[in-house]
Amino acid sequence: MKGKIVIDKEFCKGCQFCIAFCPKKAVQISAKRNTKGYAYAEYDKTKKCSGCATCALVCPEATIEVYRE
Amino acid sequence: MNKQLMYGTHAIGEAAIQAGCTCYFGYPITPQNELPEYMSRRLTEVPGGVFIQAESELASINMVLGASVAGARAMTSSSSPGISLKQEGISFLAGMELPAVIVNIVRGGPGLGNIAPAQSDYFQATRGGGHGDYRIVVLAPASVQELADMTFAAFDLADEYRVPVMVMGDGMLGQLMEPVVMPVRKKKKLPEKDYILTGAKRRPARLVKSLILDTKAMEDHNWKLMRKYRRIEQNETRWESFLLDDAEMVVIAYGTAARIARGAINRLRREDESIRVGLIRPITLWPFPTDVLKKASQKIKDFFVFEMSAGQMVEDVRLALDGSGTIHFYGRPGGVVPTPAELARSIARHYYQSQRKQKK
Amino acid sequence: MKKVFSRPKSLRKVSMHYCPGCGHSIIHRLIAELLDELKLRDKTICVPPAGCAVLAYYYLDIDMVEAPHGRATAVATGIKRVHPKNLVFSYQGDGDLAAIGTSEALHAANRGEQITVIFVNNAVYGMTGGQMAPTTLAGQKTTTSPFGRDPKIEGPPIRVCELLATLHNTSYLERVAVNSPAHIKKTKNALRKAFEHQKKNTGFSLVEILSPCPTNWRMDPLQSCKWIDEVMVKEFPLGVLKEVKC
Repeated sequence: MKGKIVIDKEFCKGCQFCIAFCPKKAVQISAKRNTKGYAYAEYDKTKKCSGCATCALVCPEATIEVYRE
Repeated sequence: MNKQLMYGTHAIGEAAIQAGCTCYFGYPITPQNELPEYMSRRLTEVPGGVFIQAESELASINMVLGASVAGARAMTSSSSPGISLKQEGISFLAGMELPAVIVNIVRGGPGLGNIAPAQSDYFQATRGGGHGDYRIVVLAPASVQELADMTFAAFDLADEYRVPVMVMGDGMLGQLMEPVVMPVRKKKKLPEKDYILTGAKRRPARLVKSLILDTKAMEDHNWKLMRKYRRIEQNETRWESFLLDDAEMVVIAYGTAARIARGAINRLRREDESIRVGLIRPITLWPFPTDVLKKASQKIKDFFVFEMSAGQMVEDVRLALDGSGTIHFYGRPGGVVPTPAELARSIARHYYQSQRKQKK
Repeated sequence: MKKVFSRPKSLRKVSMHYCPGCGHSIIHRLIAELLDELKLRDKTICVPPAGCAVLAYYYLDIDMVEAPHGRATAVATGIKRVHPKNLVFSYQGDGDLAAIGTSEALHAANRGEQITVIFVNNAVYGMTGGQMAPTTLAGQKTTTSPFGRDPKIEGPPIRVCELLATLHNTSYLERVAVNSPAHIKKTKNALRKAFEHQKKNTGFSLVEILSPCPTNWRMDPLQSCKWIDEVMVKEFPLGVLKEVKC
């Protein structure tokens, strides 16, 4: 199964739940910060996202959209 | 409706039902228990009627808040110590601009005090009672008929201005049996309840709250409340006078005390035709009939305040007169109800002393 | 590709004020998802608490009324009695429900009010800065139990679900957590069940949710998720405490 995620970085507070719970390790912390000052989570396109939506499930900010084929 | 003989507390209950009250929440406390008892039976006959004997005063006033925000006409009742507990909810009702009717059958205090009739909750009632800048309308009936009429009117007032309204009686009025004609509800134009919560169907979600973290917005909200209170002062101040035309001294008393004062004045005038004493009886304690007293002070120089307390309304009289005229005071705190004869003696003493002084 | 997960409609598109890793925001989203899925948004009235979650009304797009601290179940009682067909739930923290509002909660439960309580247990007073709560664990340090809660002096933590399970008119009581994907799914199911119980008027329902408060626990978000598993769950075992036939 192939999938992808879209993260609205301005809503992210960098709690890293998505990173910790992603089974494919397809989310990483950005070196940049958003306007609130948080180092935000970003989709690592080099990894194989399956679209399982675990990251979105644990995201406190409801800021991850998940797409699946 | 026909004239019927009723207990004061029952008259309050029936008048509330006639006014469309469908929700009563309360907690037992003497001397007002006959009211919840009446409502527990009567509300079963009303469509959508809700009666809950709550676990506390706090719970009951907050159930009133819930029923009110849901759009129902809701009330609670208690006596002094219980009313103290309700102040939290009353402050919230005022802040959220929710209508509610609260009946206080006042008893002697402070603390547990006693269960005798008293007027020692005047400050608490007329200054809002809880925290924050707010007022509630306070009605002071003096007969069973008025308990009914004012309870009835309280619901309209509460809805009209979106404020908590208190009907403040005492143990004597509550226990009294008198003939009463129940008021009948007529179509009255009241503001549409466009704030109530019913589930956000085909409209944006509604929010009723008193938390306003932004100080400027909170200030604006306070000024908005104050403008509303000024409107209430202009439109709803009520009082009555008795034998005022020739009066050289005016007694100021409300509720049960005003009944006693009438008796005392009648007695004095009967005993000595030269005695010219009249009565001004505030019917709304807030808003207080300040202008009436001010106007009276142009002609009359002696004001005799009688309260069944150590002296609370007397401060409002002092504020109203603002230095013009002499204020005399007779107070009986602690649940003592003096006889008209006792009061008459005190009035006469002050009256004659004052007359002598004027002659000098 | 097909969109399989996005922000629920009943959750407004605004950034929430909660700290990073706070459980409140997850719980808000789960509620919003359920209201969307069960098509209950326009029938729901919520009573948010005094505390961090008071601002829930800026996030959940439903009718809301504030309650004084601890009185949410009394306010909800008044609403539900007037509108028996609406879904009425209160959202309360541990201080709100298990300290200042114990009486209201207990008696609403005992009367079997047809309401749902969403009880967020994070073992501290959050909004006021991390003081000891009725659910603070033995030995847990807070700003008012700086040497750790001493059960001999401060009493042991109160187990709300167990307490309410003894009351006849409670219909559904479950303790869940929002510290892992599996637990979050279970929490959503528990909330769904509670709402279904309310729909069928089976009595008073309550879902207790163990929820991370990284800021006041002085932990990072992931540590606090772990702490729930390793410490908190031992004092507050997860599972259904009571369920009557629906």
